[in-house]
Amino acid sequence: MEEKVLEEKVLDILEEICDDDIVRTDRDINLLDEGLMDSLDFTELIIMLEDQLGVIISPSEYTREESDTPAKIIEIVRSKA
Amino acid sequence: MAMFESLQFFIVAAALAVPAIILGVLEKSQKLYGGIVSFIFLIFSMGVDLDFKNGFTHEFNLNGALFLLAYLAIEYCVAVGFVRVVKTKGRDEKLYYLFIALALAPLVVNKVGGFVDLKLFAFIGISYMTFKMVQIVIEIYDGLIDEVKGPELFYFLTFFPAILCGPIDRSRRFMEDINGVRSRAEYLNMVGDGLFKICLGLVYKKVLASAMVMIGTQNMYIYGLQLFFDFAGYSLMAVGFSYLFGVKTPDNFNQPFRSIDLKDFWNRWHMTLSFWFRDYLFSRILRRAMRGKWFGGNKLTQASVCFIINMTVMGIWHGLELHFIVYGIYHGVLLAITEVYQKKSKFYKKHKKEKGYRLVSWFVTFNLVMFGFYIFSGQLF
Repeated sequence: MEEKVLEEKVLDILEEICDDDIVRTDRDINLLDEGLMDSLDFTELIIMLEDQLGVIISPSEYTREESDTPAKIIEIVRSKA
Repeated sequence: MAMFESLQFFIVAAALAVPAIILGVLEKSQKLYGGIVSFIFLIFSMGVDLDFKNGFTHEFNLNGALFLLAYLAIEYCVAVGFVRVVKTKGRDEKLYYLFIALALAPLVVNKVGGFVDLKLFAFIGISYMTFKMVQIVIEIYDGLIDEVKGPELFYFLTFFPAILCGPIDRSRRFMEDINGVRSRAEYLNMVGDGLFKICLGLVYKKVLASAMVMIGTQNMYIYGLQLFFDFAGYSLMAVGFSYLFGVKTPDNFNQPFRSIDLKDFWNRWHMTLSFWFRDYLFSRILRRAMRGKWFGGNKLTQASVCFIINMTVMGIWHGLELHFIVYGIYHGVLLAITEVYQKKSKFYKKHKKEKGYRLVSWFVTFNLVMFGFYIFSGQLF
Protein backbone atom coordinates (compact mmCIF):
# COMPACT_ATOMS: atom_id res chain seq x y z
CA MET A 1 0.00 0.00 0.00
CA GLU A 2 1.25 3.43 -0.81
CA GLU A 3 2.50 5.40 2.18
CA LYS A 4 0.08 8.32 1.74
CA VAL A 5 -2.92 6.03 1.44
CA LEU A 6 -1.85 4.11 4.55
CA GLU A 7 -1.43 7.33 6.48
CA GLU A 8 -4.88 8.54 5.39
CA LYS A 9 -6.49 5.28 6.48
CA VAL A 10 -4.87 5.41 9.92
CA LEU A 11 -6.03 9.01 10.29
CA ASP A 12 -9.57 8.01 9.25
CA ILE A 13 -9.59 5.35 11.98
CA LEU A 14 -8.17 7.74 14.59
CA GLU A 15 -10.69 10.42 13.65
CA GLU A 16 -13.53 7.96 14.08
CA ILE A 17 -12.25 6.72 17.45
CA CYS A 18 -11.41 10.14 18.88
CA ASP A 19 -14.45 11.74 17.30
CA ASP A 20 -12.30 14.78 16.57
CA ASP A 21 -10.53 15.89 13.39
CA ILE A 22 -7.73 17.54 15.36
CA VAL A 23 -5.78 14.27 14.82
CA ARG A 24 -5.35 15.41 11.22
CA THR A 25 -4.18 18.93 11.90
CA ASP A 26 -1.97 18.18 14.91
CA ARG A 27 -0.04 14.96 14.40
CA ASP A 28 1.91 15.41 17.61
CA ILE A 29 -1.05 15.97 19.89
CA ASN A 30 -0.90 13.76 22.98
CA LEU A 31 -4.01 11.60 22.69
CA LEU A 32 -3.86 10.51 26.35
CA ASP A 33 -3.22 13.87 27.97
CA GLU A 34 -5.93 15.53 25.88
CA GLY A 35 -8.44 12.86 26.90
CA LEU A 36 -8.97 11.82 23.27
CA MET A 37 -8.20 8.13 23.87
CA ASP A 38 -8.38 5.71 26.81
CA SER A 39 -7.78 1.97 27.26
CA LEU A 40 -11.05 1.12 25.52
CA ASP A 41 -10.17 3.24 22.52
CA PHE A 42 -6.72 1.66 22.24
CA THR A 43 -8.32 -1.78 22.12
CA GLU A 44 -10.71 -0.57 19.45
CA LEU A 45 -7.80 0.91 17.51
CA ILE A 46 -6.00 -2.45 17.56
CA ILE A 47 -9.09 -4.22 16.23
CA MET A 48 -9.74 -1.66 13.49
CA LEU A 49 -6.11 -1.67 12.33
CA GLU A 50 -6.26 -5.45 12.09
CA ASP A 51 -9.62 -5.58 10.31
CA GLN A 52 -9.11 -2.68 7.91
CA LEU A 53 -5.37 -2.73 7.27
CA GLY A 54 -4.36 -6.28 8.23
CA VAL A 55 -1.80 -4.94 10.72
CA ILE A 56 -1.61 -7.11 13.83
CA ILE A 57 -0.53 -5.40 17.05
CA SER A 58 -0.50 -7.10 20.44
CA PRO A 59 -2.05 -5.08 23.32
CA SER A 60 1.23 -5.21 25.26
CA GLU A 61 3.56 -4.67 22.32
CA TYR A 62 4.00 -0.92 22.70
CA THR A 63 3.90 1.15 25.84
CA ARG A 64 1.48 4.07 25.98
CA GLU A 65 4.40 6.49 25.68
CA GLU A 66 5.40 4.76 22.45
CA SER A 67 1.93 5.17 20.96
CA ASP A 68 0.39 8.35 22.34
CA THR A 69 0.35 10.62 19.26
CA PRO A 70 -1.08 10.21 15.72
CA ALA A 71 2.47 10.46 14.32
CA LYS A 72 3.75 7.63 16.52
CA ILE A 73 0.79 5.40 15.67
CA ILE A 74 1.27 6.02 11.94
CA GLU A 75 4.95 5.13 12.32
CA ILE A 76 4.09 1.85 14.09
CA VAL A 77 1.60 0.90 11.38
CA ARG A 78 4.11 1.84 8.67
CA SER A 79 6.80 -0.35 10.25
CA LYS A 80 4.41 -3.31 10.28
CA ALA A 81 2.55 -2.92 7.01
CA MET B 1 15.67 -10.87 57.22
CA ALA B 2 12.77 -8.54 56.67
CA MET B 3 13.41 -6.96 53.27
CA PHE B 4 12.92 -3.18 53.10
CA GLU B 5 12.11 -3.29 56.82
CA SER B 6 15.05 -4.15 59.02
CA LEU B 7 18.24 -2.18 59.55
CA GLN B 8 20.14 -5.33 58.60
CA PHE B 9 18.56 -5.32 55.15
CA PHE B 10 19.56 -1.73 54.44
CA ILE B 11 23.14 -2.27 55.64
CA VAL B 12 23.60 -5.42 53.53
CA ALA B 13 21.87 -3.87 50.50
CA ALA B 14 23.98 -0.71 50.73
CA ALA B 15 27.19 -2.74 51.00
CA LEU B 16 26.26 -4.99 48.08
CA ALA B 17 25.28 -1.97 45.97
CA VAL B 18 28.82 -0.52 46.09
CA PRO B 19 30.38 -3.01 43.61
CA ALA B 20 27.31 -2.60 41.36
CA ILE B 21 27.86 1.17 41.31
CA ILE B 22 31.57 0.70 40.56
CA LEU B 23 30.70 -1.59 37.63
CA GLY B 24 28.13 0.92 36.38
CA VAL B 25 30.56 3.83 36.59
CA LEU B 26 33.20 1.81 34.72
CA GLU B 27 30.56 1.13 32.02
CA LYS B 28 30.80 -2.64 32.59
CA SER B 29 27.89 -5.08 32.56
CA GLN B 30 26.16 -5.42 35.94
CA LYS B 31 24.21 -8.49 34.92
CA LEU B 32 26.31 -11.27 36.48
CA TYR B 33 26.91 -9.34 39.71
CA GLY B 34 23.23 -8.40 39.99
CA GLY B 35 22.32 -12.06 39.59
CA ILE B 36 24.68 -13.05 42.39
CA VAL B 37 23.27 -10.35 44.70
CA SER B 38 19.72 -11.48 43.95
CA PHE B 39 20.76 -15.04 44.84
CA ILE B 40 22.25 -13.81 48.14
CA PHE B 41 18.96 -12.10 48.99
CA LEU B 42 17.03 -15.25 48.12
CA ILE B 43 19.04 -17.04 50.81
CA PHE B 44 18.38 -14.18 53.24
CA SER B 45 14.67 -14.42 52.42
CA MET B 46 14.73 -18.07 53.52
CA GLY B 47 15.20 -17.20 57.17
CA VAL B 48 18.91 -16.40 57.27
CA ASP B 49 19.67 -13.15 59.07
CA LEU B 50 22.53 -11.02 60.22
CA ASP B 51 22.83 -10.57 63.96
CA PHE B 52 25.18 -7.74 64.96
CA LYS B 53 26.43 -9.66 68.00
CA ASN B 54 26.55 -13.24 66.77
CA GLY B 55 27.20 -12.90 63.04
CA PHE B 56 24.88 -14.91 60.84
CA THR B 57 21.96 -16.65 62.46
CA HIS B 58 19.57 -18.90 60.71
CA GLU B 59 16.49 -20.99 60.87
CA PHE B 60 16.82 -22.02 57.29
CA ASN B 61 13.49 -22.60 55.57
CA LEU B 62 14.52 -25.69 53.62
CA ASN B 63 10.95 -26.41 52.58
CA GLY B 64 10.60 -22.92 51.04
CA ALA B 65 14.00 -23.14 49.33
CA LEU B 66 13.23 -26.48 47.72
CA PHE B 67 9.84 -25.25 46.54
CA LEU B 68 11.50 -22.16 45.06
CA LEU B 69 13.93 -24.35 43.13
CA ALA B 70 11.06 -26.55 41.95
CA TYR B 71 9.10 -23.42 40.98
CA LEU B 72 11.94 -22.01 38.89
CA ALA B 73 12.46 -25.39 37.21
CA ILE B 74 8.75 -25.69 36.36
CA GLU B 75 8.51 -22.15 35.02
CA TYR B 76 11.70 -22.59 32.99
CA CYS B 77 10.21 -25.70 31.36
CA VAL B 78 6.94 -23.82 30.72
CA ALA B 79 8.69 -20.90 29.01
CA VAL B 80 11.17 -22.92 26.95
CA GLY B 81 8.57 -25.58 26.17
CA PHE B 82 6.06 -23.01 24.95
CA VAL B 83 8.62 -21.28 22.73
CA ARG B 84 9.22 -24.65 21.09
CA VAL B 85 5.50 -25.40 20.79
CA VAL B 86 4.80 -22.06 19.08
CA LYS B 87 7.77 -22.57 16.74
CA THR B 88 6.67 -26.06 15.68
CA LYS B 89 2.87 -25.89 15.87
CA GLY B 90 2.14 -22.18 15.46
CA ARG B 91 -0.56 -20.38 17.45
CA ASP B 92 -2.64 -23.20 18.90
CA GLU B 93 -5.19 -21.70 21.27
CA LYS B 94 -5.76 -24.84 23.34
CA LEU B 95 -2.06 -25.28 24.00
CA TYR B 96 -1.85 -21.57 24.82
CA TYR B 97 -4.39 -21.92 27.63
CA LEU B 98 -2.70 -25.12 28.77
CA PHE B 99 0.62 -23.33 29.18
CA ILE B 100 -1.00 -20.39 30.96
CA ALA B 101 -2.60 -22.89 33.34
CA LEU B 102 0.78 -24.57 33.88
CA ALA B 103 2.42 -21.21 34.63
CA LEU B 104 -0.36 -20.43 37.13
CA ALA B 105 -0.49 -23.91 38.68
CA PRO B 106 2.11 -23.44 41.47
CA LEU B 107 0.40 -20.23 42.66
CA VAL B 108 -3.02 -21.93 42.65
CA VAL B 109 -1.61 -24.88 44.60
CA ASN B 110 -0.05 -22.43 47.04
CA LYS B 111 -3.28 -20.47 47.60
CA VAL B 112 -5.52 -23.51 47.90
CA GLY B 113 -2.95 -25.25 50.12
CA GLY B 114 -2.96 -22.19 52.38
CA PHE B 115 -6.64 -22.81 53.15
CA VAL B 116 -5.90 -26.22 54.64
CA ASP B 117 -2.67 -25.11 56.34
CA LEU B 118 -0.41 -26.79 53.83
CA LYS B 119 2.76 -24.89 52.99
CA LEU B 120 3.06 -25.70 49.31
CA PHE B 121 5.16 -23.38 47.17
CA ALA B 122 5.31 -21.07 50.16
CA PHE B 123 8.15 -18.62 49.54
CA ILE B 124 8.46 -14.88 49.24
CA GLY B 125 7.45 -13.39 45.91
CA ILE B 126 5.52 -16.24 44.28
CA SER B 127 2.51 -14.02 43.42
CA TYR B 128 4.63 -11.43 41.69
CA MET B 129 6.83 -14.00 39.96
CA THR B 130 3.69 -15.59 38.56
CA PHE B 131 2.59 -12.27 37.04
CA LYS B 132 5.92 -12.05 35.27
CA MET B 133 5.63 -15.64 34.03
CA VAL B 134 2.08 -15.37 32.69
CA GLN B 135 3.09 -12.24 30.80
CA ILE B 136 6.00 -14.14 29.22
CA VAL B 137 3.70 -16.97 28.08
CA ILE B 138 1.25 -14.46 26.56
CA GLU B 139 4.02 -12.61 24.75
CA ILE B 140 5.48 -15.84 23.40
CA TYR B 141 2.04 -16.58 21.94
CA ASP B 142 1.82 -13.07 20.49
CA GLY B 143 5.19 -13.54 18.80
CA LEU B 144 6.91 -10.83 20.85
CA ILE B 145 9.29 -13.30 22.56
CA ASP B 146 10.92 -16.08 20.56
CA GLU B 147 13.77 -17.08 22.82
CA VAL B 148 14.08 -17.67 26.58
CA LYS B 149 17.47 -18.00 28.26
CA GLY B 150 17.50 -19.73 31.66
CA PRO B 151 19.88 -17.47 33.63
CA GLU B 152 18.17 -14.29 32.35
CA LEU B 153 14.74 -15.70 33.15
CA PHE B 154 15.82 -16.57 36.70
CA TYR B 155 17.35 -13.12 37.16
CA PHE B 156 14.15 -11.48 35.91
CA LEU B 157 11.93 -13.54 38.22
CA THR B 158 14.12 -13.19 41.33
CA PHE B 159 15.47 -9.64 40.80
CA PHE B 160 15.84 -8.73 44.46
CA PRO B 161 14.58 -5.12 44.63
CA ALA B 162 11.20 -6.14 43.20
CA ILE B 163 10.89 -9.67 44.60
CA LEU B 164 8.71 -8.82 47.59
CA CYS B 165 5.78 -6.85 46.12
CA GLY B 166 6.86 -5.63 42.69
CA PRO B 167 6.74 -3.23 40.87
CA ILE B 168 5.94 -5.71 38.09
CA ASP B 169 8.42 -5.14 35.29
CA ARG B 170 8.07 -6.31 31.67
CA SER B 171 10.53 -8.99 30.55
CA ARG B 172 11.49 -7.46 27.22
CA ARG B 173 12.19 -4.13 28.88
CA PHE B 174 14.17 -5.79 31.68
CA MET B 175 16.30 -7.83 29.26
CA GLU B 176 17.16 -4.69 27.29
CA ASP B 177 18.32 -3.01 30.49
CA ILE B 178 20.51 -5.87 31.74
CA ASN B 179 22.03 -6.57 28.33
CA GLY B 180 22.79 -2.98 27.44
CA VAL B 181 25.41 -0.78 29.04
CA ARG B 182 24.65 2.85 29.80
CA SER B 183 27.10 5.69 29.38
CA ARG B 184 28.73 6.86 32.60
CA ALA B 185 26.82 10.15 32.60
CA GLU B 186 23.48 8.45 32.10
CA TYR B 187 24.21 5.85 34.76
CA LEU B 188 25.32 8.49 37.28
CA ASN B 189 22.04 10.32 36.69
CA MET B 190 20.22 7.08 37.41
CA VAL B 191 22.20 6.60 40.62
CA GLY B 192 21.23 10.10 41.71
CA ASP B 193 17.56 9.46 40.96
CA GLY B 194 17.78 6.05 42.63
CA LEU B 195 19.29 7.38 45.84
CA PHE B 196 16.67 10.13 45.97
CA LYS B 197 13.89 7.57 45.55
CA ILE B 198 15.36 5.38 48.30
CA CYS B 199 15.49 8.35 50.71
CA LEU B 200 11.98 9.51 49.84
CA GLY B 201 10.71 5.94 50.17
CA LEU B 202 12.29 5.66 53.61
CA VAL B 203 10.52 8.83 54.73
CA TYR B 204 7.19 7.58 53.31
CA LYS B 205 7.44 4.15 54.87
CA LYS B 206 9.34 4.69 58.10
CA VAL B 207 8.12 8.18 59.05
CA LEU B 208 4.75 8.89 57.44
CA ALA B 209 3.25 5.37 57.33
CA SER B 210 4.41 4.75 60.91
CA ALA B 211 2.88 8.07 61.98
CA MET B 212 -0.46 6.97 60.50
CA VAL B 213 -0.27 3.75 62.52
CA MET B 214 0.31 5.79 65.66
CA ILE B 215 -2.71 7.99 64.92
CA GLY B 216 -4.83 4.89 64.41
CA THR B 217 -5.81 3.03 61.26
CA GLN B 218 -9.35 2.26 62.43
CA ASN B 219 -10.19 5.58 60.81
CA MET B 220 -10.95 5.06 57.13
CA TYR B 221 -8.91 8.02 55.87
CA ILE B 222 -5.92 7.33 58.09
CA TYR B 223 -5.95 3.70 56.94
CA GLY B 224 -5.95 4.82 53.29
CA LEU B 225 -3.05 7.18 53.87
CA GLN B 226 -1.12 4.52 55.79
CA LEU B 227 -1.64 2.05 52.93
CA PHE B 228 -0.39 4.61 50.43
CA PHE B 229 2.71 5.72 52.34
CA ASP B 230 3.65 2.15 53.21
CA PHE B 231 3.25 0.73 49.70
CA ALA B 232 4.41 3.79 47.78
CA GLY B 233 7.40 4.02 50.15
CA TYR B 234 8.33 0.40 49.55
CA SER B 235 7.86 0.85 45.77
CA LEU B 236 10.07 3.95 45.68
CA MET B 237 12.85 2.06 47.45
CA ALA B 238 12.44 -0.95 45.16
CA VAL B 239 12.71 1.29 42.10
CA GLY B 240 15.64 3.16 43.67
CA PHE B 241 17.67 -0.01 44.32
CA SER B 242 16.84 -1.25 40.80
CA TYR B 243 18.41 1.91 39.36
CA LEU B 244 21.67 1.21 41.22
CA PHE B 245 21.77 -2.18 39.50
CA GLY B 246 21.15 -0.59 36.09
CA VAL B 247 17.50 -1.58 35.79
CA LYS B 248 14.81 1.06 35.22
CA THR B 249 12.00 -0.72 37.06
CA PRO B 250 8.81 1.25 36.30
CA ASP B 251 7.23 3.51 38.92
CA ASN B 252 4.21 2.28 40.81
CA PHE B 253 2.48 5.48 41.97
CA ASN B 254 1.81 8.87 40.45
CA GLN B 255 0.06 11.12 42.98
CA PRO B 256 -3.05 8.89 43.21
CA PHE B 257 -4.94 11.21 45.54
CA ARG B 258 -5.08 13.86 42.81
CA SER B 259 -7.27 11.60 40.67
CA ILE B 260 -10.40 13.26 39.37
CA ASP B 261 -12.23 10.06 38.48
CA LEU B 262 -11.87 6.30 39.01
CA LYS B 263 -10.25 5.70 35.64
CA ASP B 264 -7.72 8.39 36.45
CA PHE B 265 -7.14 6.70 39.82
CA TRP B 266 -6.20 3.36 38.26
CA ASN B 267 -3.74 5.17 35.99
CA ARG B 268 -2.03 6.50 39.12
CA TRP B 269 -2.38 3.80 41.83
CA HIS B 270 -0.29 0.59 41.81
CA MET B 271 0.32 1.33 38.14
CA THR B 272 2.38 -1.73 37.26
CA LEU B 273 -0.42 -3.97 38.52
CA SER B 274 -3.26 -2.09 36.86
CA PHE B 275 -1.34 -1.77 33.57
CA TRP B 276 -0.59 -5.48 33.73
CA PHE B 277 -4.29 -6.22 34.04
CA ARG B 278 -5.07 -3.68 31.32
CA ASP B 279 -2.64 -5.19 28.81
CA TYR B 280 -2.93 -8.89 29.62
CA LEU B 281 -6.55 -9.29 30.70
CA PHE B 282 -8.86 -6.30 30.07
CA SER B 283 -7.78 -5.51 26.48
CA ARG B 284 -7.95 -9.18 25.58
CA ILE B 285 -11.42 -9.88 26.92
CA LEU B 286 -12.64 -6.62 25.41
CA ARG B 287 -11.13 -7.55 22.05
CA ARG B 288 -12.90 -10.88 22.26
CA ALA B 289 -16.17 -9.18 23.24
CA MET B 290 -15.95 -6.68 20.37
CA ARG B 291 -15.05 -9.34 17.82
CA GLY B 292 -17.71 -11.74 19.06
CA LYS B 293 -20.34 -8.98 19.09
CA TRP B 294 -21.27 -9.84 22.68
CA PHE B 295 -24.39 -8.12 24.05
CA GLY B 296 -25.68 -7.36 20.58
CA GLY B 297 -22.53 -5.40 19.80
CA ASN B 298 -23.32 -2.79 22.43
CA LYS B 299 -19.90 -1.29 23.17
CA LEU B 300 -20.84 0.28 26.45
CA THR B 301 -22.18 -2.99 27.85
CA GLN B 302 -19.11 -4.85 26.58
CA ALA B 303 -16.79 -2.36 28.25
CA SER B 304 -18.74 -2.40 31.51
CA VAL B 305 -18.72 -6.18 31.75
CA CYS B 306 -14.99 -6.27 30.93
CA PHE B 307 -14.25 -3.72 33.67
CA ILE B 308 -16.13 -5.84 36.20
CA ILE B 309 -14.44 -9.11 35.16
CA ASN B 310 -11.02 -7.44 35.13
CA MET B 311 -11.28 -5.90 38.58
CA THR B 312 -12.90 -8.97 40.13
CA VAL B 313 -9.96 -11.10 38.99
CA MET B 314 -7.63 -8.47 40.43
CA GLY B 315 -9.49 -8.71 43.74
CA ILE B 316 -9.20 -12.51 43.76
CA TRP B 317 -5.48 -12.26 43.05
CA HIS B 318 -5.05 -10.30 46.30
CA GLY B 319 -6.49 -13.26 48.17
CA LEU B 320 -9.49 -15.54 48.34
CA GLU B 321 -10.90 -13.75 51.40
CA LEU B 322 -14.30 -12.12 50.93
CA HIS B 323 -13.12 -8.54 51.52
CA PHE B 324 -10.55 -8.77 48.69
CA ILE B 325 -13.13 -10.13 46.25
CA VAL B 326 -15.66 -7.46 47.21
CA TYR B 327 -12.94 -4.82 46.83
CA GLY B 328 -12.39 -5.99 43.24
CA ILE B 329 -16.10 -6.06 42.38
CA TYR B 330 -16.55 -2.62 43.98
CA HIS B 331 -13.92 -1.07 41.73
CA GLY B 332 -15.18 -2.98 38.67
CA VAL B 333 -18.70 -1.66 39.16
CA LEU B 334 -17.45 1.88 39.83
CA LEU B 335 -15.36 1.83 36.64
CA ALA B 336 -18.35 0.57 34.66
CA ILE B 337 -20.55 3.35 36.08
CA THR B 338 -17.84 5.92 35.33
CA GLU B 339 -17.62 4.70 31.74
CA VAL B 340 -21.39 4.81 31.17
CA TYR B 341 -21.67 8.22 32.82
CA GLN B 342 -18.82 9.74 30.81
CA LYS B 343 -20.10 8.39 27.50
CA LYS B 344 -23.81 9.12 28.02
CA SER B 345 -24.14 12.18 30.23
CA LYS B 346 -24.60 15.52 28.45
CA PHE B 347 -24.00 17.21 31.78
CA TYR B 348 -20.56 15.59 32.00
CA LYS B 349 -19.60 16.55 28.46
CA LYS B 350 -20.67 20.13 29.01
CA HIS B 351 -18.96 20.70 32.34
CA LYS B 352 -16.01 18.31 32.48
CA LYS B 353 -13.38 20.98 31.89
CA GLU B 354 -14.71 23.47 34.44
CA LYS B 355 -12.83 24.02 37.70
CA GLY B 356 -15.85 23.64 39.94
CA TYR B 357 -16.89 20.39 38.31
CA ARG B 358 -13.37 18.99 38.62
CA LEU B 359 -13.25 19.88 42.30
CA VAL B 360 -16.51 18.08 43.05
CA SER B 361 -15.42 15.13 40.91
CA TRP B 362 -12.11 14.95 42.80
CA PHE B 363 -13.91 15.03 46.16
CA VAL B 364 -16.30 12.23 45.20
CA THR B 365 -13.44 10.15 43.77
CA PHE B 366 -11.30 10.64 46.87
CA ASN B 367 -14.08 9.39 49.13
CA LEU B 368 -14.94 6.43 46.91
CA VAL B 369 -11.26 5.46 46.85
CA MET B 370 -10.94 5.74 50.62
CA PHE B 371 -14.05 3.66 51.14
CA GLY B 372 -12.55 1.07 48.77
CA PHE B 373 -9.44 0.84 50.95
CA TYR B 374 -11.68 0.44 53.96
CA ILE B 375 -13.27 -2.62 52.32
CA PHE B 376 -9.78 -3.85 51.41
CA SER B 377 -8.61 -3.54 55.02
CA GLY B 378 -11.05 -6.25 56.13
CA GLN B 379 -12.30 -4.09 58.98
CA LEU B 380 -15.84 -4.01 57.58
CA PHE B 381 -16.35 -7.77 57.22
